[in-house]
Amino acid sequence: MTDQDDAQLKALLKKHYDPVVTEPIPARMYMRRPAWMGYARGFALVAVGILIGLALPYFRPAPPPVAAAQPAATFSMRAARAHLVYAPEVRHPVEVDATQQEHLVKWLSKRLGLDLKVPLLAGEGFELLGGRLLPGPEGPVAQFMYQDSGGKRLTLYVSKPNRADQPAAFRFAQEGPVAVFYWIDRDCGYALSGELDRGTLTRVATAVYKQLEP
Amino acid sequence: MDYDLIVPYIPNLRRYARALVGDRDGADDLVQDTLERAVRKFHLWRPGDLRAWLFSIMHNVFVNQLKARRIAPDVELDESFAAPVASVGPLDLEDMQRALNTLAPEQREVVLLVALEDMSYADVSRALGIPMGTVMSRLSRGREKLRRVMNENGPKAGLKVVT
Repeated sequence: MTDQDDAQLKALLKKHYDPVVTEPIPARMYMRRPAWMGYARGFALVAVGILIGLALPYFRPAPPPVAAAQPAATFSMRAARAHLVYAPEVRHPVEVDATQQEHLVKWLSKRLGLDLKVPLLAGEGFELLGGRLLPGPEGPVAQFMYQDSGGKRLTLYVSKPNRADQPAAFRFAQEGPVAVFYWIDRDCGYALSGELDRGTLTRVATAVYKQLEP
Repeated sequence: MDYDLIVPYIPNLRRYARALVGDRDGADDLVQDTLERAVRKFHLWRPGDLRAWLFSIMHNVFVNQLKARRIAPDVELDESFAAPVASVGPLDLEDMQRALNTLAPEQREVVLLVALEDMSYADVSRALGIPMGTVMSRLSRGREKLRRVMNENGPKAGLKVVT
């Protein structure tokens, strides 16, 4: 056999099979990865989806902490808020002023279902301005307001205890700028609030306590 | 991506497989199995001759297919049934394939790798995992037989039958 024969044979084979090279590659061959790769891809996609689903809540802005995290504002907190809303009022700090003290006490007692007494704090330098009715979480609340000669104001917040409120002895709480003395007994809760130093507030609160809890 | 490195060799693999197996579907199955195995084993490939590596994988797949399905008809059987075909024109693809099928698969591999892929003896030796001496002896015996079969079945034989 000569080299020429070999070359002829080669040319013959090439002539017959070279056209395969230019045939379009079947799509299955070109695109299809091995089956396990397809499964792995599928599983990976599903896993990524699950992870995204699980992670999504963490990317959301946190809900406002106050509403969700705390069951309800505490008694002292509610008292401090009420103080902050009404104490700065210049023209309408109260609904019923002290000139109608008797009417004020009757009205609020009726609305709260309590036999209210208004402590007299003139001995501590605070005169009664009057009072108003407020909404509380479980019913009406009464607020009495006092003022000293320098224009500093105190409020006394009175309500029936909420179910969530634990009976409490004489307690102090600082709610932001407002100092609060409060006590809660079985029938009634009292909170004395003011933007005062703790010493002054303690003195006044003691006087209130003595008058209300015989 | 490993697959992207392999894709350029698909046409070569298909050409070789077509001549080796004969029918189009069987050949493409061989290519497909080879590609899947290549991707699976790609981490075993050491940078070097990727073509030789792919053809060695195809060789392994081919041998396994022979064992499992007896793709290629028995050589002796094929030879005995390779009745001369009455074809007057030049050798067509069918005749070519029939002639190739008379070779033993291991001869066919060597002949085709050298003819279609222009592989050196060393390349073939690597791709098929056989010594160079074996490559050369299979090549010469394969070529010889192929020529003989084509001469018998080719135009001359046809002429004989017609006359």
